[in-house]
Amino acid sequence: RLSISSDIISTVEFNHTGELLATGDKGGRVVIFQREPESKNEPYNQGEYNVYSTFQSHEPEFDYLKSLEIEEKINKIKWLPQQNAAHSLLSTNDKTIKLWKVTERDKRPEGYNLKDEEGKLKDLSTVTSLQVPVLKPMDLMVEVTPRRIFANGHTYHVNSISVNSDCETYMSADDLRINLWHLAITDRSFNIVDIKPANMEDLTEVITASEFHPHHCNLFVYSSSKGSLRLCDMRASALCDKHSKLFEEPEDPSNRSFFSEIISSVSDVKFSHSGRYMLTRDYLTVKVWDLNMETKPIETYQVHDYLRSKLCSLYENDCIFDKFECAWNGSDSVIMTGAYNNFFRMFDRNTKRDVTLEASRESSKPRAILKPRRVCVGGKRRKDDISVDSLDFTKKILHTAWHPTENIIAIAATNNLYIFQDKVNSEMH
Amino acid sequence: MGEEEGLHQTQLLDTMFVRGLKRKCFDGEEDIEGTLAGFKAIPSYNLQRQSLLDMSLVKLQLCHMLVEPNLCRSVLIANTVRQIQEEMTQDGTWQMINTQSAGQTSLDRLVSTDILCRSSKEQAEGKLVPVYSTFTKDCEGTSQDNSEIMSTVTSPQVPKNLQSNMWEMENPQENRGSFQKSLDQIFETLENKSPNTVEDLFSEVDNSYYDLDTVLTGMMSNTKMGHCDLETFPSQTSTNSNSNCKSDLNELDHIVEILVES
Repeated sequence: RLSISSDIISTVEFNHTGELLATGDKGGRVVIFQREPESKNEPYNQGEYNVYSTFQSHEPEFDYLKSLEIEEKINKIKWLPQQNAAHSLLSTNDKTIKLWKVTERDKRPEGYNLKDEEGKLKDLSTVTSLQVPVLKPMDLMVEVTPRRIFANGHTYHVNSISVNSDCETYMSADDLRINLWHLAITDRSFNIVDIKPANMEDLTEVITASEFHPHHCNLFVYSSSKGSLRLCDMRASALCDKHSKLFEEPEDPSNRSFFSEIISSVSDVKFSHSGRYMLTRDYLTVKVWDLNMETKPIETYQVHDYLRSKLCSLYENDCIFDKFECAWNGSDSVIMTGAYNNFFRMFDRNTKRDVTLEASRESSKPRAILKPRRVCVGGKRRKDDISVDSLDFTKKILHTAWHPTENIIAIAATNNLYIFQDKVNSEMH
Repeated sequence: MGEEEGLHQTQLLDTMFVRGLKRKCFDGEEDIEGTLAGFKAIPSYNLQRQSLLDMSLVKLQLCHMLVEPNLCRSVLIANTVRQIQEEMTQDGTWQMINTQSAGQTSLDRLVSTDILCRSSKEQAEGKLVPVYSTFTKDCEGTSQDNSEIMSTVTSPQVPKNLQSNMWEMENPQENRGSFQKSLDQIFETLENKSPNTVEDLFSEVDNSYYDLDTVLTGMMSNTKMGHCDLETFPSQTSTNSNSNCKSDLNELDHIVEILVES
């Protein structure tokens, strides 16, 4: 099943229970979907995601000092762990992070003494007795209110936000700096990483993504455009410029080209649910790293190696700079990432099998089974294979999300959202 | 964007760049479509590498200016240019290009040649214009910061001059045209708004101000004399020394100051 939003989706995120799914788009809007509760009466219709709330999170702004526009595009959404009846999420554009509170209202008081049904003041002479207002049910109303605005913390473009496991702090990372915020304090933040050189001419590396460790509130990781990962411990020092661990794979000399550095740039980093591993995505591969081994990843999966011979073309049309995200499934046994032509890939870490699937309207008819796709690189070509040269590079799946516990995935294909559920079992193919 | 076209056009380049930095002189694999004779592989590789360099330099300049350019992308492209530059210096192909340029007789060529004929050590150290640094006018920056940014823009740019040579040969009219257009827009803005209506200037300044930035960046790096009818801007000398550029900068600084009302 799919829903169409009028703007390009720029981020997708399930909340911690998977009941809610938030998407942000290029127009600064956030759409929250809610999963319908399962009912025993209709076993096949339950578990669908329907629109729960839509709100405008960010508006375009103009920076008068630099004479540049600040895009309203939502770069990231992160949910806070639920602590009461309300849900909270953080949304960010290039510069400003906002905390939103999502509340439900399904009852309203009726029978006021001083106001009538429309809220107008009653003529006091008509009031002859007192009544106690009662709560009556009403149509569900979802209200989203901005609770905090964390502004002016970033000179460069914010690429990541991550809520700490302590549920009190979160971090935001831009190209050169990472800040630590307290969720209740908006007028200041602590700078914990700063890689800006004294002379901007010497700049050769930027921060591309960052995330807090899921269990250890003092640990976080950030990735760079040179393909390295730095694990930092906030207990070690106030400014975490010195990493605790540096994860870097030495370059393969046989594959060296002018594009080696660009394709090694890490576009996304995600801790596993267990906290033991990290998943990174660079242009052609996804890699699993063990926190205990810094010298190289423990697993490397080829996403679309057939593009290796096309790098110059992809450099020319800028596709080589596309930032793909990656995701773990709930049990950390399968990893997923997007590719071109609306394809996305899944790798089973245990069986070492992988599959290519397509997010398209044909494949998303209700209860349709996704058919595995194949890209042929010359040689034998089977029916339904796509040749490398006919891949559509404008159809890129940059944003994907996996339900925290079940086999439900959300795929953003430009301005369409696809939600696929595996009802039968979790077998790959 | 013509991505399909892009893919086909650069198929040749793809063949060249699949394998390593080191070119192999008579390696049949490196030949394009296997039809070129071995002795053509050397210039062919250089040509492809030059083409990549040109492409990269164009990318650095043609950023989407209404919104701040993507710093990561700029850094990656700049690093690529640096790599090519280093390899070309090591190969000695830098000298080859110097010789070619020296043979030209127009004023423009003389300007470029002068820069190219600097010592090889200087050339090896020749820094890139960090185009992206012009956009990181930190709010936290002081005026010193600003002048630092401006002066980095002026550091002599060997690859850029090279690139502008190339562009010159291929698209002289276009180059002139776009420059002229940018400048026209700026002059129009400056003419129409008196200093008293700075607010009006401010509210309407969008592309114009941005174009000034582009021109500043472009001007400082492409020291072409004949191309821009920069009547109000002092002409640039061939020495391209920092002091000359600084006096030019003072003029431009002044204009920028008016625009930002600082």
